[in-house]
Amino acid sequence: MPNKKVEIDAPDWCKGCGICIYRCPVDVLELKEGKIAITKPDNCIGCEMCELICPDFVLKVVEK
Amino acid sequence: MKTEKVLLQGNEAVVEGALLAGVRFFAGYPITPSSEIAEGFSRRLPLVGGKFIQMEDELGAMAATIGGSLAGLKSITATSGPGFSLKQENLGFGIMIEAPCVVVNVSRTGPSTGLPTSPSQGDIMQTRWGTHGDHPAVVLAPSTVSNTVDLTIKAFNFSEMLRTPVILMLDEVVGHMRENVLLPAADAIEIIDRKRPDGNKANFKPYEVKGHDHVPPMPDYGQGYHYHTTGLYHDETGFPRGKSEDAEKLMLRLMHKVDYYRDEITLVEKKYLSDAKIAVLAYGSVARSAESAVEMARNNGIKVGFMQIKTVWPFPEKEVAELAQKVDKIIVPELNYGQYVREVTRAAGGMAEVIPLNRFAGQLISPATIKEMIEEED
Amino acid sequence: MANPDINKYYRRNKLPHIWCPGCGHGIITGAIVRAIDQAGLDQDKTVVISGIGCSGRAPGYLKFDTLHTTHGRALAFATGVKMANPELNLIVITGDGDGAAIGGNHLIHACRRNINITTVMYNNSIYGMTSGQFSPTTPTGSLATTAPYGNIDTQFDVSNLAMAAGATYVGRSTSYHVRELIDLITNGIKHQGFSFIEAVTHCHTQFGRKNDLGGPMEMMEWQKENYIPVKAWAKLSAAEKEVKKTRGLLKEEEREEYTDKYLALIKQVQAGEEKNG
Repeated sequence: MPNKKVEIDAPDWCKGCGICIYRCPVDVLELKEGKIAITKPDNCIGCEMCELICPDFVLKVVEK
Repeated sequence: MKTEKVLLQGNEAVVEGALLAGVRFFAGYPITPSSEIAEGFSRRLPLVGGKFIQMEDELGAMAATIGGSLAGLKSITATSGPGFSLKQENLGFGIMIEAPCVVVNVSRTGPSTGLPTSPSQGDIMQTRWGTHGDHPAVVLAPSTVSNTVDLTIKAFNFSEMLRTPVILMLDEVVGHMRENVLLPAADAIEIIDRKRPDGNKANFKPYEVKGHDHVPPMPDYGQGYHYHTTGLYHDETGFPRGKSEDAEKLMLRLMHKVDYYRDEITLVEKKYLSDAKIAVLAYGSVARSAESAVEMARNNGIKVGFMQIKTVWPFPEKEVAELAQKVDKIIVPELNYGQYVREVTRAAGGMAEVIPLNRFAGQLISPATIKEMIEEED
Repeated sequence: MANPDINKYYRRNKLPHIWCPGCGHGIITGAIVRAIDQAGLDQDKTVVISGIGCSGRAPGYLKFDTLHTTHGRALAFATGVKMANPELNLIVITGDGDGAAIGGNHLIHACRRNINITTVMYNNSIYGMTSGQFSPTTPTGSLATTAPYGNIDTQFDVSNLAMAAGATYVGRSTSYHVRELIDLITNGIKHQGFSFIEAVTHCHTQFGRKNDLGGPMEMMEWQKENYIPVKAWAKLSAAEKEVKKTRGLLKEEEREEYTDKYLALIKQVQAGEEKNG
């Protein structure tokens, strides 16, 4: 089991571009009404790609 | 320390004056007739632990000078007409972000490449209005080598006090003339340093004014204030909001700080005016010819007085108006097609007749020429 | 591993930023922040300076001493700051218009001097803020608002330019290859001398739309296909090399740093003065 998980750190900054979804190697994130949502948290492998690629500093991968 | 008698060129006097004022950074670009200033700093600054850099162009030289100031050093650059034109955008940036520094323009005959080794005062309005947009200007114009030492020190003091770039406008004659000068002792000079903030870093607002003088204290980079600076109109926090109210407030403050110190920074020298019916008003090297001409004319019994404007900008409105009240005629000799004379005419407000005397093709105005005009007008 | 304390480098009250949804500038800015963190720079002793354009807005979001200067001049301002106080860490953020066109002269001379400044060029091949005029890195043939019939200019390879001008550390990566970008910037910061990192990025709003390149994802896919690690690129055919570009560390060499040289000069002349005087 990975010891890290994604969190939405600054939900208001999300512009709904979807780049995090595109780069997520598994299936964790979805856009809900134009904003990012963590819909399948159990799938998260804690790779941090979404945090690094988010152009709006919205997501954070943290210790579980 | 003692005063020291030395033979100096005007450009060298800038270097000596700046060192006395505590300069520690020079960034420049070679151009006639100002290059001796860069050469002097390249030799002298490392000896006192200061830094010299020859930049790739005039724009970069102005930028680096402001950078040096932001890092906390008293900074200076020097140039001449064409280079002064190139510096204008970043000079405006310096005014906008309130970075104290000194910009020397050893002016030569323009426009364009013009007459590179001939004197001119054709840049007098450029020193006032060179950069785009409304802005205050503080400009000093020495007439002799000794005067250059003095006004260079004052240029630094005014820039630190007002937190704004100050322009020192020499002309080619002053820049290249050699004279004996009494250099003041370092401990006998008044030195002004910029106000720095009190160390309270939480919620620090870089453009918040606490005193009456409209001048915010300025931290050095690296002191941990983490502050933002931009050429956009900004509020007290330093950040832009794109609002007219911020633009209005900032522009008024930039103007008001110069107004607040106006009396202190206005340097005007008056001579022989008590009985005068005619006055000769001059600045820069021309003031020297003018003073001689006035003395020659007085020896011939003409009641003529003399006013030298050392602080050419902000314009000494009050002093010129008083002069106009006192005399019937004001002769304004200038090394240009007639620029400053318009301001004099405006300030005289019809109280005295204002008469221009112009040379714009690289020649000097001799005392004899001015004396002739005094005699014609007498 | 990501630093859980990364937020301390942002001015969070200034966010969200002004850039378009999906803009690569946010990705690069995030990469710079992580690189500063990884390199272990003292936040108090770090100055971030930019010019004008979309990239010029980045320092406003970063919690350091920050300076948003005039168009093209960031490196010249940074040079003054670094000379005046060599203890400060200087990061310059520029764009392809800001750094390769109007500020090109400052770029080549900063490279030549080898002054210890890390420059990150956000290269999106277009003037974004002024709405899509062609820049020195716009590909020949592309459409732009000032190239309505196709751009006839030849493209600058800005990394090659920096290497030729004498930069001692040059790297190139893209908004797609964000991990590589972070590492390149980190090592650029640690490098003693002038470091130049070309961060290729997508401007779907001004460049992509005009040239039918799709949205941010499509443009990032293009980067993935067309920017090739240096070693792999070397094995490509001549025809492929015409199209595809290198990414990764392109140059790293040791050469005495400019402010170090000047401090040595101060010591030397002061010693000489004592000897003579």
